[in-house]
Amino acid sequence: MREVIGATVASTFDEIKKRAESHWHELRDDQMPVILVGTATCGRAAGALEVLQAVKDVVGKKSIDCLITEVGCLGHCYSEPLIIIRKPGYPSICYGHVTPVLAENLVINLLLNDDPSLEFVLGALEENELIPSFSDFPRARYEKRILLKNCGQIDPDDIDHSIGNGGYQGLVKTLRMKPEEVVEEVKRSKLRGLGGAGFPAGEKWEVCRRSQGEPKYLICNGDEGDPGAFMDRAILESDPHSVLEGMIIAGYAIGARHGYIYVRAEYPLAVQKVQNAIRQAAELHLIGENILGSDFSFDITLFQGSGAFVCGEATALIASIEGKPGIPRHRPPRLATKGLFGKPTVLNNVKTLAYVPHIIKNGVDWFAQMGTEKSKGTAVFALAGKIVNTGLVEVPMGTTLRQLLFQVGGGIPKGKRFKAVQIGGPSGGCLPEEALDIPIDFDSLQERGAMMGSGGMVVLDEDDCMVEVARYFLDFTQKESCGKCTLCRLGTKQMLEILEDITKGRGKIEDLKTLEELAEDIKMGSLCGLGKTAPNPVLTTLRYFGDEYEAHIKEKRCPALMCQSLTAYYILPEKCARGCDACVGTCTVEAISTDPKRRIKVIDQEKCVKCNTCMVACPPQYDAVVKLSPPDRVPKSK
Amino acid sequence: MAEEEIEVTEKTKEVLERLGNQRSNLIPILQQIQEEFGYLPPDAMPEVARFLNIPEIDVYSVATFYNQFRLTPPGKHSIKVCMGTACHVKGGHITLEAWQRRLKVGPGETTPDREFDLDTVACVGCCAMAPVTVVDKKVEGKAGPTRVDGILLSYQMQKEKEGKETL
Repeated sequence: MREVIGATVASTFDEIKKRAESHWHELRDDQMPVILVGTATCGRAAGALEVLQAVKDVVGKKSIDCLITEVGCLGHCYSEPLIIIRKPGYPSICYGHVTPVLAENLVINLLLNDDPSLEFVLGALEENELIPSFSDFPRARYEKRILLKNCGQIDPDDIDHSIGNGGYQGLVKTLRMKPEEVVEEVKRSKLRGLGGAGFPAGEKWEVCRRSQGEPKYLICNGDEGDPGAFMDRAILESDPHSVLEGMIIAGYAIGARHGYIYVRAEYPLAVQKVQNAIRQAAELHLIGENILGSDFSFDITLFQGSGAFVCGEATALIASIEGKPGIPRHRPPRLATKGLFGKPTVLNNVKTLAYVPHIIKNGVDWFAQMGTEKSKGTAVFALAGKIVNTGLVEVPMGTTLRQLLFQVGGGIPKGKRFKAVQIGGPSGGCLPEEALDIPIDFDSLQERGAMMGSGGMVVLDEDDCMVEVARYFLDFTQKESCGKCTLCRLGTKQMLEILEDITKGRGKIEDLKTLEELAEDIKMGSLCGLGKTAPNPVLTTLRYFGDEYEAHIKEKRCPALMCQSLTAYYILPEKCARGCDACVGTCTVEAISTDPKRRIKVIDQEKCVKCNTCMVACPPQYDAVVKLSPPDRVPKSK
Repeated sequence: MAEEEIEVTEKTKEVLERLGNQRSNLIPILQQIQEEFGYLPPDAMPEVARFLNIPEIDVYSVATFYNQFRLTPPGKHSIKVCMGTACHVKGGHITLEAWQRRLKVGPGETTPDREFDLDTVACVGCCAMAPVTVVDKKVEGKAGPTRVDGILLSYQMQKEKEGKETL
């Protein structure tokens, strides 16, 4: 029976694949020039849509025979907007920091005048004789792109691009296997949940498969709420079909008939791309009744979140789909036995599901050779904050933090000193320089008090105050606490007030003890991950940066010069150029004036709002604006 | 006033007709009503409750739990300042203060002339462009205090231009 179905599935898919590949090869085969413009959200923020319009205009104006395609995010967010021009006889050349005018020139230069404008090149996509390729970058030694392979290279709105690059082949293989075999395969691969907790995916699936109750549900968690994390957004925007394929495979394995993909409201573009992808997949019978002619039926509904961080928690997310406020509930019963609408449910993160097709297609051994003993495969991280190469990276598990931040991420900009890296968002922790040589995997990070979390990494340098960073996270979790558990609701508020006092110079030394006690109580007395992990940023900063807390309390001084109440801006008279009015012109509150007698610029401390604009505006050759802490170090003007 | 009420009820009914009356449709229904009016009008709430056959308080409990829903009419332009981690370390709070200073309203408020809405957003996922402000639906990257003045100026100029055209 299974063989007959398998043959039908294979022949149905072969036809789809043939057509998709011929369409894809139009783009790839060296016949016509192709211009790819990255228009994911990060690109748009940098002006990619204007660049796209400029490209369209110049191609129309000069009647250039070429294809223009919108693609997703290549991960090199530090040099957005990006365009890639592929001309027969040349490698695919990627240009960074493109403006509309530059885009016009690049297109004319390469396509009409055979000039690759080497001065604007970021890198070539393939190895070649002419231009250094991305694989020659030092970071390429550490990177391994599996989930991000297609991101930024294919049009997310065109399913043929996905299929032309091996998409849905895992599904075809799945439909030729028994569901139990699929579960077994994922179990053997030791794939762990990439949403942060690291729970073995195969085990979840098995419990759900064996549970009584119909219909079963599969949910993809795309409620990437951690501030500083944007991997799931990039994958959903750039390669949505990889996630859908994973969902269909998982649905088949656990015996589900319906799937939900939960995307947060703050990601409107991701919602749009996923919606379109679902529609296209349904047209080709990859979703819906009797998928590819088999006896398996599965549909996928997109559910838009409504802006509640706690909905990233599985039971809260389910409450949200059921039309209730997103308040977590006690577990057990586990979701695999009693989940959405009281039926057995599996909930996996975007990245976990996107990995499934690769594992099915390439086999368990392929997957197991990457990573460490207990954490297999690769991990995707979003690098942000004070780091040169902000953007997305994918490295095998077990890469050290130092390699990731300094080799792949390019280190700290402006010659500043590294201070800490904040991993895992509000649930994670801040790790200092000493911890940089630990390998990145689920267990090592947890030992140090941080966690893998969703994979957001925010790098902090010497200008960042660790007390302020801890306060920031507490402020976040306190606002996002759903209010169900008393200790989470009131405890985080207490901790926040103490931290606010410390950053304003009103802290007492015994506060540090109270913070630690409160932290333990909140961890013990909270039901869900939000409360259990909320104190982590405070605990790790107390553990690794206790001296900064003490400076705030004992000396009323912020060592990083970040806490606004404890710092003041001052213009050094001996450095001020006198004739230059840069700071006066730029001050947003007119707090800077010229002292008529001494002819130097003076800041009115009463008016100053400490917005840092004058410090940025002061020409580097003078560098006269400084920050002082505590504020009483500013000399009194005569 | 009565006319407005009727309009709200009519349009709400149109939205409700598009969707089924399962409880699980409550959030999509509220999202579509907000899409229609820019906020959740009080007159729409009893309609929704009746349609789903649930108490009105359940509709309000969902509407007030989620950050995305608003119960007051929005201003003409929406300003959303990103409060994500990356934006914070690059001065997102300073940008918010700059908006507050210029618009003279706090987060969650609307200017008296109903031109601008100021609000914060948890993270729009453009951390590489920090600090970020979402103006209407456009994401403005590297938006420091001087950029705030620039954005406001462009709106003012646009308004003046429109004023001249209508004269």
